[in-house]
Parts: sequence; C-alpha cells; structure tokens
Amino acid sequence: MTLIIELFISFFWVGIFCIGGGYASVPLIQHQVITIHQWLTMSEFMDIFAISQMTPGPIGINAATFVGTRVAGLPGSIAATLGFCAPSVIIMLILGYIIKKYGDVGAVRGILNGLRPAVVALIGGAAILFICMSLFGVDKIAIDPNNIKYLNIIIMVVCYIIIRKKLMGVIGTLAFSGVLSLILNTVASHT
Amino acid sequence: MEEKTTFSLWKLFKSTFLISAFTVGGGFVIIPLLKAKIVDEYGWLDDKEALNYVSIAQTAPGAVAVNAAVILGYRLASFMGMLTALVATILPPLISITIIAYFYDAMINNPYIKYVLDGMQCGATVLIIDVAINLLRKQIKKKLVLPLIIMLCTFVANYFLHINVMYIIIADALIGLFALQDTKYN
Repeated sequence: MTLIIELFISFFWVGIFCIGGGYASVPLIQHQVITIHQWLTMSEFMDIFAISQMTPGPIGINAATFVGTRVAGLPGSIAATLGFCAPSVIIMLILGYIIKKYGDVGAVRGILNGLRPAVVALIGGAAILFICMSLFGVDKIAIDPNNIKYLNIIIMVVCYIIIRKKLMGVIGTLAFSGVLSLILNTVASHT
Repeated sequence: MEEKTTFSLWKLFKSTFLISAFTVGGGFVIIPLLKAKIVDEYGWLDDKEALNYVSIAQTAPGAVAVNAAVILGYRLASFMGMLTALVATILPPLISITIIAYFYDAMINNPYIKYVLDGMQCGATVLIIDVAINLLRKQIKKKLVLPLIIMLCTFVANYFLHINVMYIIIADALIGLFALQDTKYN
C-alpha cells in the first residue's frame, strides 16, 4: 500500500512541475523514478520513450502508466496516472472558473486576446513539425529528401481530400489512415 | 455559432476517448483534433472561446492534453463534463500502455502495428494542417497588426529559437494585458 501512495505522490510532483508540455516531464520523471526511488533502470526508462513515440497518449501519462505497471501492477498504474493528472485538474478547474466568470473583464480579456494568436502559432508550428515527421521521420522542423516516405505522401493526400470534402469526421479519418497505411505498406513489402 | 449536434456527456466521452485512443504524439496533436471535433464538427463552442480555454491549458503545469480536456469539459458541462473528459482522455493510454508493459517485446517489433501507427500519424498531420490553415486564415482576415506580430514572434521563438513555451505564453499574456484590452481585439 505504501508503494501505491509513493507512486501517487511521485507523479503528483511531476504533474506540478511539468510546465511547457510533453518533453518537459522527461527529466522530472527520471529524477523521481531513477534517482529517488530506483523503480526502473536507465535502459527501461529509455524504452518508455520508444513506446511513447509510437503509442497514443501524452508522454507523461504513458510514463506514469508504464512505471506504475512495472512497479505495482494495475493498481500502481492507476495510482501513478491519477497522481500525474491531479494537479492539472485542480489548476484547470480554478482557471476555468475564472475565465467563465471574468472572461469579459478588461484585464482577463486583454490576456486572452494576447494568448489566442499565440495558440494559432503553436498549432501552425505543430502542423509543420508533423509534416516533417510524417514525410521524413525526423522529430524536428527539417527537410531530409533522402529519407522521403512516398507511401505517407499518398496517405496524406487521400486524407486531405477526405477532410476537405467532409467525407469523414475526425475519428473516421484517423482510423482510415491507419488501415490505408497497413494495406499500402503490407503490399509494398511483399512486392 | 449554432449548435450542429446536441450536447450530451456520452458524446463528449465517446469523441474524447476515440481522439485520445487514435492520436499518436501527445498534447500538441490532441488540441487541434479536439478543436476540429468540438468546434468544427459538433459546434459546441466557437473558435474564439475554444482558443481561450486551450491557451490556458497550454500555459498551466501538467500534460497539455489532460489540461485541455479538463478545461473544455468543464466549460461544456461543469464538474461532470470535466470528469467525463478526464476519464476519456486517460483511459486509452492507461489501457494500451498497461498491455504494452506486459507484452513489450512482442509489440515493439511487430511491423503491422508500426504500419497502422505510422498511418494514423499521417492522418493526424493532415487534420492539424486543416485546423491550422483555417485558424490562420481567420486571424489574417481580421487585419489586426499586433495579434499578427504576436503570432509570428511566437512561431519563431518556439520553433527556431527553441524557447520554452511557458515563457513565450507568459510574454504574450503580458502584451495582451497591457495592449489588447480594447474590444476590437476580441
């Protein structure tokens, strides 16, 4: 039982100090999981990133779940995940209440007016980053023409047509892209 | 914006769960997809309000995806909405990683799983491009100089100068606080 509580508290700290999203959590998790508690070896810790790169879900949650499972089975994974989310929930409820109530007050309105263009920029940047990842398999904004993935171009063009013509919704398009990739890659690897 | 689909907690759960389950890559991917679903497909919120809440989600500590789901859920249906969106966001990674933790070696070397995940990344890319283009077009149409400068500087600072998102967002919030209180910037 103490192990479960320790997992919850460790990931609660990670949740509080993980600022700036995604990869900001990596050194924090490393500190809690390897330095303080010795729950994982360094190579197991590296595996989490391989997994997080290729599985759905935020890296912090993936890490919390993986560590929790390895340390204390299913109860451990639930404790670690809830610990990681608890600070988010508390802070978001407070801020959400403030915006709902005071969103039209001068100062709050000013701040939000400053933040909206920033979010558009971040989403635009994420779009470019993802184009580079899907086309060249690099996880930064860079062009690498030697490693261009031709099948992925086909998948993206087909998906773009589907979205523009509103043939499928968000979830349909995601599922379709996975199936299309499975078919194209399987055919390509057998010819 | 008119509501195209009537709101229900079940629909919120289903859409958030499936987006979380099908999205490889975390917060910055989930946000545009949630926006595409909740704003563009369901019409539960307008662009402006969605961006207000999402910007707060990106500033605060914690996983951006969790923050975004929690605050949007709270806006749509108060405490129950928050709880619904939270559970729907964390269940898919909880399930998939628990399975992977037990069958790690078998899964990481399976090419077919890799094909599907690779393909879904392409699908997500296209959805994000679509959301980004639409938002950018609307922002440019307003022809307001300062917000456009904020947009450009944020992009350069984050993706070329690699400055931590939190510092950039705080700077943008301060600019807004002192220079953008006029309602024409709404």
